[in-house]
Amino acid sequence: MAKVTVNGIEVEVPNGSAVIQACEAAGIEIPRFCYHERLSVAGNCRMCLVEIEKAPPKPFASCAYPVADGMVVHTDSPMVRKARRGVMEFLLINHPLDCPICDQGGECDLQDQAVGYGGDHTRYEENKRAVKDKDLGPLVKTVMTRCIHCTRCIRFATEVAGVPDLGATGRGETMEVGTYVERALGSELSGNLIDLCPVGALTSKPYAFTARPWELKNTDSVDVLDAVGANIRIDTRGAEVLRILPRLNEDVNEEWLGDKSRFAVDGLRRRRLDKPWVRRDGKLHPASWDEAFAAIAAKLKGKEGDRIGAIAGDLCDAESLLALKDLMGALGSVNLDCRQYGEKLDGSRRDFYLFNSGIAGIEDADAILIIGSNPRHEAPVLNARIRKRYVAANIPIAVIGAAADLTYRAEHLGDSPAVLKALLNGAHPFAEVLKTAQKPMIIVGQGALRRVDGEAVLDGAWTLAAQSGALGAEWHGFNVLHTAAARVGALDLGFLPGTGPGVGGKGVAGMMGGGVDVLWLLGADEFDTSRIGTNTFVVYQGHHGDAGAARADVILPGAAYTEKNGTYVNTEGRVQRGALAIFPPGDAREDWTILRAFSAVVGKTLPYDTLEALRSRLEKVNPVFARVGFLPRFPCADLTGPGVAVPARSPGAMSDAAFVDAVANYYETDPISRASPTMAECTVTYAPTAKLAAE
Amino acid sequence: MTEANTVEPTEFSFDAESDAMIAKHLAKYPAGKQASGVLPLLDIAQRQMKRVTGSAWIPRVAMDEIARRLDMAPIRVYEVATFYLMFNTKPVGTWHLQLCTTTPCWLRGSDDVVAACRKVTGIQGWGETSADGQFTMSEVECVGACVNAPILQVNDDFYEDMDASSTVELLEALRAGTQPPVGSAKGRQNSAPEGGPETLTTLQFPTTSAGE
Repeated sequence: MAKVTVNGIEVEVPNGSAVIQACEAAGIEIPRFCYHERLSVAGNCRMCLVEIEKAPPKPFASCAYPVADGMVVHTDSPMVRKARRGVMEFLLINHPLDCPICDQGGECDLQDQAVGYGGDHTRYEENKRAVKDKDLGPLVKTVMTRCIHCTRCIRFATEVAGVPDLGATGRGETMEVGTYVERALGSELSGNLIDLCPVGALTSKPYAFTARPWELKNTDSVDVLDAVGANIRIDTRGAEVLRILPRLNEDVNEEWLGDKSRFAVDGLRRRRLDKPWVRRDGKLHPASWDEAFAAIAAKLKGKEGDRIGAIAGDLCDAESLLALKDLMGALGSVNLDCRQYGEKLDGSRRDFYLFNSGIAGIEDADAILIIGSNPRHEAPVLNARIRKRYVAANIPIAVIGAAADLTYRAEHLGDSPAVLKALLNGAHPFAEVLKTAQKPMIIVGQGALRRVDGEAVLDGAWTLAAQSGALGAEWHGFNVLHTAAARVGALDLGFLPGTGPGVGGKGVAGMMGGGVDVLWLLGADEFDTSRIGTNTFVVYQGHHGDAGAARADVILPGAAYTEKNGTYVNTEGRVQRGALAIFPPGDAREDWTILRAFSAVVGKTLPYDTLEALRSRLEKVNPVFARVGFLPRFPCADLTGPGVAVPARSPGAMSDAAFVDAVANYYETDPISRASPTMAECTVTYAPTAKLAAE
Repeated sequence: MTEANTVEPTEFSFDAESDAMIAKHLAKYPAGKQASGVLPLLDIAQRQMKRVTGSAWIPRVAMDEIARRLDMAPIRVYEVATFYLMFNTKPVGTWHLQLCTTTPCWLRGSDDVVAACRKVTGIQGWGETSADGQFTMSEVECVGACVNAPILQVNDDFYEDMDASSTVELLEALRAGTQPPVGSAKGRQNSAPEGGPETLTTLQFPTTSAGE
């Protein structure tokens, strides 16, 4: 540790820290453009100049100068102020004075710091430099004349995103930041460039000229478009969500956010269900809540519980899942399922379906095996964490599944469970790598579980983890990577076919083809609705007119994740709360209140009238819901796998069919992103083959 | 300049001569650090283009090929190639006229040399190529031969002590396809004083044969 005195405040910082970190430890904010704590040091903007005593009499760039014991730093001396004013004057020489028409206005580092260090007039009389704008694709808008060459975007793309597309070509006056060969940025994290850019050179294309930051109301929430549970800030004006930005959470998303989570917001305004609908004579007609409820109640009348079923979708909050489960229980039904893709998840023990190592735990791993997953598309922020670990420690990473560029070097072992078998026999050399590793991670994707032999693959992966010493008191290396934000919460609540003596609930497959007479879909759109029996009465409760609503006999308009106070459990089992930013459109209501209201209509009134009462019921059903926000590490106490003593589930039952990734097109995975014009444009740009396959 | 030359080629591969040079250069760097060879490889690519097409430039496909060989991102090669003025990322004429206009050359009359070049070649702006494809004019910073200023660099060679008339003479010869000897246009030896030695003139050296 080094003792450093900053403006008379003594602080201790680790050896090797930069002076700017010592200043921050002392609580002094240093103006900066190029320095960013998650990127390498560039030291090229020169805004962070400070004065250091007993050093050569010149200003030092504090971001690129290491501390020494006994160093005395001044951050507000006349020399420092003069030097920073000089830097600011130079930065402004080629920066256009177009703040009134710049989208960064109001949240611009250059604007803010020009107030502190800018002159009151310009001494520059020559022509300003003008730079041609670059086309970086449908998400990032460029006004390159505003660029101050901090190179943050270049460093982010190269280091964090692992997609080295951006660079600085030319030099001096003719230096330009760009891709040189015009093309769209090939990263699922490209939206973060907008946050990183300290000026208005890179701004959001879909959000261009929409609003000023001071007009927006900010609501802290969590993202539900993948299972990472990235922390977000929802920016709204009036009754509209205008944009979504990431919020800092070191354990989940650091400060990054995937492009789908950020840019699918325009999908929240389109194809919305804003009033109840009832099908009469084969056509859907607008109806009142009472009519819709009456239509369902009439169908339910006299039905055995066994003839009623419910399927939960990917975006549901835990509150509505529990309310639906309780309602079904009150109606005598145990036909529940949340696994609409037919994935063979085992809900019998929590660590059978969690990402047990934790997202932050990736930074401790020393070998990673990915089975049937493309984390770059299924969870881009989590993939960035794997890359971070790879860059820091160059750990061995291997993939069984479709070969893909994951932004780090990953050995492609093969594409079928045959490789997994070889690893279990110890015949494959990578088995030794996993065994010698202290903290090996095995990541099982949904692509590996959405198969007929999914149970065998799950068990095989568990057995491999047990054999490799990945399951222990200190480290739990068995990880299931989910793609749906609702899945873990639903599994925690036991939203699965009921089991027990004399009880055999139907799963998704059992409810198809007339297996039930009344089917309640809670935002379930991801299965083939044509498999539902023609005589089955379908209730669709959700927020978008997607596959489920098209098949429905009654539509109950619910709230999207930005419109309700909901609890979500992410893939690692972290319970997080989303918040209501705006109210649902039209007659739509928060989902649990719809279920509560309906329960009264059929005389099975659910015992909660407030969100608090419902949440205390959540905690009773599963105590994990009492633990909001943080994630205790659980060791693995019991090595018994999910498929013990069930021969059909033994690893030997694995077929040799190749794994198929769960996410074919990252940009369109759920009703919200499918309704988003921006995501449609991204699909055309980045995944034209996926688009063709879908059509 | 022919039309074919201005079009970006669709493919590029190093020929045997270039490959031999690449092997020589890459042997200098330890395994895993071969990206350090990007400068020599860019130069080799530019020289191969000169040999094969008569125009010393590096098309994008060549930069992509270099990136592939050195296992680096293509943008990192583009950055280096566009940084150095010695690499041409657009086709140039047979004779690439690189005119130094930095202070010493300018004081010694580089303006005259530039004007003479413009007059002979008909080129108006910097970086442009003459209509016949023979000449490209580039403005360069100090080439490090100020003592013989002003300098006109033609491809790899320095023509020194230039003035308007010697420039016209040189360009006419180049246009005719002959390359005059490089060095001082005033005939002085290297950078020795004009008109013979002016100092140490009284020193006497014994002849080697007399000493024995």
